[in-house]
Amino acid sequence: MEKLLLKGGHVVDPATGRNGTFDVLIEGDRIADVGTNLQAGDAKVLNVPKGLVVCPGFIDMHVHLREPGQEHKETVASGVAAAVAGGFTAVACMPNTRPVNDNAGVTQLILQKAREANLARVYPIGAVSRGQQGEELADIAELKEAGCVAVTDDGLPVATAILARRALEYTSMFEMPMIEHCEEQTLKGDGVAHEGAVAASLGLRGIPGVAEAITAGRDILLAELTGGHVHIAHMSAWTTIEAVRQGKSRGVKVTCEVCPHHFTLTDDLLAAPIAYDTNTKMNPPLREAKDRDAMIAGIVDGTVDVIATDHAPHHYDEKNVEFDRAPFGIVGLETAVSITLDKLVHGGLIDLTRMVELMSVNPAKILRVPGGTLAPGSPADITILAPELAVTIDRTRLVSKSKNTPYHGWSFKGGVAATLVGGRIVYANPAVPMQ
Amino acid sequence: MDVAAHSAASPETAATPPLTALRQRHLLGIADLSAEEIVLILDTAEAMKEVGQRTIKKVPTLRGRTVINLFFEPSTRTRTSFEIAEKRLSADTLNVAIASSSVVKGETLVDTAMNLEAMAPSMIVLRHASSGACHLLARICKAAIVNAGDGMHEHPTQALLDAFTIRERKKRISGLKIAIVGDLLHSRVLRSNVLLLTKLGAEVWVCAPATLIPPGMRQMGVRVTTRVDEAVDNADVIMMLRIQLERMQGGYFPSLREYFTTFGMTEARVRRAKPDAIIMHPGPINRGVEIASEVADGAASVILDQVANGVAVRMAVLYLLGHRLNTD
Repeated sequence: MEKLLLKGGHVVDPATGRNGTFDVLIEGDRIADVGTNLQAGDAKVLNVPKGLVVCPGFIDMHVHLREPGQEHKETVASGVAAAVAGGFTAVACMPNTRPVNDNAGVTQLILQKAREANLARVYPIGAVSRGQQGEELADIAELKEAGCVAVTDDGLPVATAILARRALEYTSMFEMPMIEHCEEQTLKGDGVAHEGAVAASLGLRGIPGVAEAITAGRDILLAELTGGHVHIAHMSAWTTIEAVRQGKSRGVKVTCEVCPHHFTLTDDLLAAPIAYDTNTKMNPPLREAKDRDAMIAGIVDGTVDVIATDHAPHHYDEKNVEFDRAPFGIVGLETAVSITLDKLVHGGLIDLTRMVELMSVNPAKILRVPGGTLAPGSPADITILAPELAVTIDRTRLVSKSKNTPYHGWSFKGGVAATLVGGRIVYANPAVPMQ
Repeated sequence: MDVAAHSAASPETAATPPLTALRQRHLLGIADLSAEEIVLILDTAEAMKEVGQRTIKKVPTLRGRTVINLFFEPSTRTRTSFEIAEKRLSADTLNVAIASSSVVKGETLVDTAMNLEAMAPSMIVLRHASSGACHLLARICKAAIVNAGDGMHEHPTQALLDAFTIRERKKRISGLKIAIVGDLLHSRVLRSNVLLLTKLGAEVWVCAPATLIPPGMRQMGVRVTTRVDEAVDNADVIMMLRIQLERMQGGYFPSLREYFTTFGMTEARVRRAKPDAIIMHPGPINRGVEIASEVADGAASVILDQVANGVAVRMAVLYLLGHRLNTD
């Protein structure tokens, strides 16, 4: 059995209350021990350089891997490579593939591809409705049996209140969350940007923030009615987070996530420096400062449970078109950690413990998957952060097949030093030398 | 900012104004033009109007230059006046008929533009259904891009010819009360006009049903009202915008009948404006929807003058952009 001793790193493990200098002993694919001055024995020793932070592996619970069907944008293999380069030891992948993941066959394909790639773990998320058509429930028990950890019709909201109700009741039997893309479709209309002064001045059709809050409100009430668990995906509007806060205060089983672009960017970016840059087009859209600030406030006060990326790769040709014709979405796996370290941790808004809760502990809890902790017996999935590393995003050097990021050329303080999955180093940043 | 009276001299011999050139090589929108540049275009258009009154209506500025008119949306006025303007400037002009181009086979705007670029045009005049289409081409083309209307965003030459027409009749823009009535939400003419008229110091009032007022309208320096009587009260200029008949499907107002009774420009409403008020419309007009026929055809209407002035103004724009090509 392979043994590895990570010696002298700064360990942040909220689940075991650790925040200090500790050694971590790995045996095989599990954590064997965490403590001070652990004996190496026959283990290989890796001296963790000063300043690096050793955390339970980060889990991105909102990723589009595009396989099967859209492999020109991304594949499971390229996606998990991008994930580990971004510090993620696991991803949960969305079902809006072609064909839709509403059956065991597609789920098994995804898991097989993940096994072959042998990098980050992949937890498939199945569809709520057959074909994501919003009419009948998909075979959710079959999906769970095949390995799905949640269901969603992401890309779209669950089409009707009655179907959302049934889905919440049904998934509660399997202790799976229903993940919701909140967006009332008649208010969305042909919208391509946040409905506000910027879209109006650019002549772009708008999507009002309340379109998101209205569906969130619906689902929070239905979760309350049914006892089911709704997880609100990619929140962007201040009205949405208000609804979540109120639901939580009533004890509703609601959890929620925010993407880094929604706590850093606003719709001003659509106008300048590059007018109509399709790398600023995603759904939900970039909104106003009030919305962005509400996301940050929610992250700070605990209303927000998870930071996820909504990694949405699109081929260059697909994005190199008129703004209203471009598909929605930006990549995010390889920028999330740097953005979070720079804007939130170095920004003094949260500490590393909270960051680990948002990116490891809570996603593991919500998806009910192993991880989120370095307690002995846990899988040896580890993210090693370099909080002082100077990082400049270069889209031409992203590992992902797709390069659609608005952060090209941006500099951040903080990055990933290394990523371990099941005790193996699957990513080592050449910019951070380690013994 | 008051504007000087026009010079009757031909462009080559005009006295040098403080600003002699446009700063950018494209015309993507009024948003990118300073008040001085707008005045330069209007002053140049005066000289171009004189060219249009000669027997031989020719100026050599664009001789040997190829200008492509790439119109993805239908157009009567804009395209013909651009074509006439280009020919009067001695350009070799080309109209790409989209309906018989490879666009019908699915070729993208970007590929269409890159293929045309390969044949080295100096300028591309683009009208397209997508806001920002001209910005996209400006990023990838060497040719100078002239915006002939992009989606709901801007129609800069329309606003310029509107300003020229107002100035011609009223001798100034600054301080005039100008009422713009119609679909503010979807109108590129509205956006360009608001930007231009506020830059030149007019008191701009915009009026529409509440369902057709875009967010942020008040922050653009205009007075916003849903009561057309308030908008036209004592106005010097009344500008009507076309109601697209398909808007009813969006539920923006219940019927054309109701739209006309509440917002339509009738003779009774026109009487609330100043006695010498002028009536404008970018065309095409929907008689009996946004404007009564009597008003469109009445003595106060300058709608056809706008069309005539379109040629002179587009000549001015192409002249100034072409002058940059010749000197760059």
